[in-house]
Amino acid sequence: MTRSVVVSGVGPVSGLGLGIDPTWAGVCEGRSAIAQIRAFDPSGFGCQVGGEVEEFKIGKFVPKSHRKATKVMARDIELAVIAADFAARDAGLLTKGTDPDGGGNGDFKTTYDPARVGCHIGAGLIAADLDELTGALIEARKDDGSFDIHKWGSEGMQHLTPLWLLKYLPNMLACHVTIIHDNQGPSNTITCGEASAILSIGESLRVIQRDKADLCFCGGAESKMNPMVYYRQQLTGRLNESSNEDPANAVRPYDQGAAGMVAGDGGGIVMLEAEETYKARGGDSAYARVVGFGASQSVHREAKNAEPDPQGRAVVSSVNAAMREAEIGADEIDMVIGFGCGVASWDRAEANGLKAVFGDRISDVPVVSLRGLIGNCGAGGGGVDLAIAARALREQKVPAIVNRDAPIGGLAGNSPAQDTKLYHVLVFNMGFGGQHTAMILQAMDH
Amino acid sequence: MSSTRIVITGMGMVTPLGHDVETVWAGLLSCASGVGKIGHFDASTFPTTFAAQVKDYDYTDYVQHPELHEGVGLNTSFALGAAAQAWKMAGLDAHDGLDPQRLGIYLGSGEGSLDFENYVASNLAGWDADKRGIDGAKWAGMASQKMTAIREIEQEPNMPLTHLAMEFDAQGPAYNCLTACAASTQAIGEATEILRRGDADVMITGGAHTMIHPLGVTGFNRLTALSNRNDDPQGASRPFSVDRDGFVMGEGAGMLIIETLDHAQARGATVLAEIAGYGSTADAYRITDIHPEGRGAAKSMHLALEDAGLGLDDIDYISAHGTGTKENDSIETKAVKVVFGDRAKSIPMSSIKSMLGHLIAAAGSVEAIACVLAIRDQKLPPTHNLNNPDPECDLDYVPNAPRDAEVEVCLSNSFGFGGQNDTLIIKRFEG
Repeated sequence: MTRSVVVSGVGPVSGLGLGIDPTWAGVCEGRSAIAQIRAFDPSGFGCQVGGEVEEFKIGKFVPKSHRKATKVMARDIELAVIAADFAARDAGLLTKGTDPDGGGNGDFKTTYDPARVGCHIGAGLIAADLDELTGALIEARKDDGSFDIHKWGSEGMQHLTPLWLLKYLPNMLACHVTIIHDNQGPSNTITCGEASAILSIGESLRVIQRDKADLCFCGGAESKMNPMVYYRQQLTGRLNESSNEDPANAVRPYDQGAAGMVAGDGGGIVMLEAEETYKARGGDSAYARVVGFGASQSVHREAKNAEPDPQGRAVVSSVNAAMREAEIGADEIDMVIGFGCGVASWDRAEANGLKAVFGDRISDVPVVSLRGLIGNCGAGGGGVDLAIAARALREQKVPAIVNRDAPIGGLAGNSPAQDTKLYHVLVFNMGFGGQHTAMILQAMDH
Repeated sequence: MSSTRIVITGMGMVTPLGHDVETVWAGLLSCASGVGKIGHFDASTFPTTFAAQVKDYDYTDYVQHPELHEGVGLNTSFALGAAAQAWKMAGLDAHDGLDPQRLGIYLGSGEGSLDFENYVASNLAGWDADKRGIDGAKWAGMASQKMTAIREIEQEPNMPLTHLAMEFDAQGPAYNCLTACAASTQAIGEATEILRRGDADVMITGGAHTMIHPLGVTGFNRLTALSNRNDDPQGASRPFSVDRDGFVMGEGAGMLIIETLDHAQARGATVLAEIAGYGSTADAYRITDIHPEGRGAAKSMHLALEDAGLGLDDIDYISAHGTGTKENDSIETKAVKVVFGDRAKSIPMSSIKSMLGHLIAAAGSVEAIACVLAIRDQKLPPTHNLNNPDPECDLDYVPNAPRDAEVEVCLSNSFGFGGQNDTLIIKRFEG
């Protein structure tokens, strides 16, 4: 008998706000957080808008004992740490990180044995802070201003802080979170682009199912608010460079007018717990059960995998795998939180795949995408998606669908948020590179 | 203990000691060294001027579809060659009964190397001396002249995975994990779990990585993690030696084909060894240090033994993480003693990083392959350069010469910077 697993806490972080309440309010209003980029001067870039997380003080989200370590956090790491803090508190968990004394008090007792707590957090290719790095590079210039690698090796590199590299290792998202909350169980860092967060949550699900942990912190976080990261997106040709004056309408998921994506920063950590241990600790308000998970890979040799297979076969296979595990058919899925990045070829493949799964019913199933509101948060996006799916099941409410005046693939168009009976919600993500992942949540009263 | 048995049927390697399994193994058994002066860039003034590089390698010698991979990074090129070898060894090149949706991939590969010259040129052009920061518009002006889409896209850490998926038409579960130096050991462990659960019949697993580029060497030099023994590169990687002064960077890939025993037998594949156990933990201690008692490392070994249903007496050889840093080698030694108690001193344990350098994310996969070969040939690869034993490191490290031994079960450790620990147990296959 497989152990039942519940979502007991969620911690989304995006341009819509920090934590689930402002995020949920934002997606119900269909409020866009896409705006002119503030993190750097975007005037030399084709696309100059993005979904940026509001200003925050990272020190507020870590125990005193970890304040010093915030100096070696890239923004991606900060976002993961903040999301984990929100999620752990949302689940009502006492950890070394949520205890005001950082576990320093003698009477302190955590909700779980740290050895039974795992951590799986997806991460992107973290970019170096260019101000910091270039501040060192300029110390290694020749007289003509060009870079001198000899000077770099002998003295320039000394201008970088000794721990510089540790800010940018992708596994540091999970490492900081495991240290802050004292998670000593299985831990992994999955780096599959936009599929990373749901793949990570799926891995936590498996770890709990096979009884290697009772609780896992899982999800993902990524910041694309860096000139190098933004330019890399521009080079892929996937950014919408034609909507700088109208950022709220820049991303049009599953719409015939889809003209590209915009990048964002954000992420989400969720708490998965074995239902038995959740109940044993007195838990009675979990968001949802995680009842199915599937992963697959798209192979489209004609486009060298720069685009997905247009038929969406990998969409179908990952969703089918999740439905098999959940022991439900497509007719029992009441809502989809999809990827919907707003890049026409990706949206079309996804819509074709969903059409193959749902048949004509696709026009009756709300397919929500958050990318028009928060941008593409890379490895973090799925964490926000899963948090919204969980909250939707608790509220029995479908978030707003916006920027879809002319839907593709028979999907339903714009609609305000509405109360609806929801039993099962499918969360689907795909990473640039072709990794696909699907997860099914079930209402607790089902 | 899982009731579904998982076996290894193919292996491939691209390393500083050669580009095929037998050449690398012969090198390891003769204390060869892959270390030399850094050739990827001019490191002559860096604190460390040497590394273990892959030499004279061209992935197009190995793959069936080179047109799918033009412009790949070194990491992906290593992955392709190693995976193609493993694919062939497993007989999958001549087998057409595989369902693509039942063929998965789980890699522990590192990111591609930065387009360093153009990146630095853009940064310098964008520097605003007055505000001591980057002027985004000036930066973008230079970047748009210098940078190319292919070089940028191929840096994404899921690119080795994506290219292997295209090459072998793998449409099943697909993952890349990047838990620093533990990544490919973890990948093999998680790939094993996917097969045990029945979510695929065959998995391609392993890792590929290079960090031998200017900012990679800079980063590790600033951490003072690298050996600075510039006058003796081949003697520089000296795990467990009292005068060890850091690790030596390596690069390359190790890839395995693993499958359920039922699937391997049904298609008549030759089984090379069995993956019996896997353990994964986090130190949850400090960003910069390993837990001083090796708490996470010891727990990882315990979990792997438990998963394999094996006892302490069953382990014949330990493939050490053995990086050659002061901290790792003494704490790993301590952790092995915590787990094995009195038996620790009688279990041979060596580090092939002494010859190959540290392949970072790819290290564990190459070490897992060495375990399979140790079982096959009843020979243990040595720890090279162990001339001055450290009193704190008092186990049997198979110093300086290979050894004939009865080897039925091997335990392989990998520990990542930041505290993620993974252990695999590989044993002789008995039907």
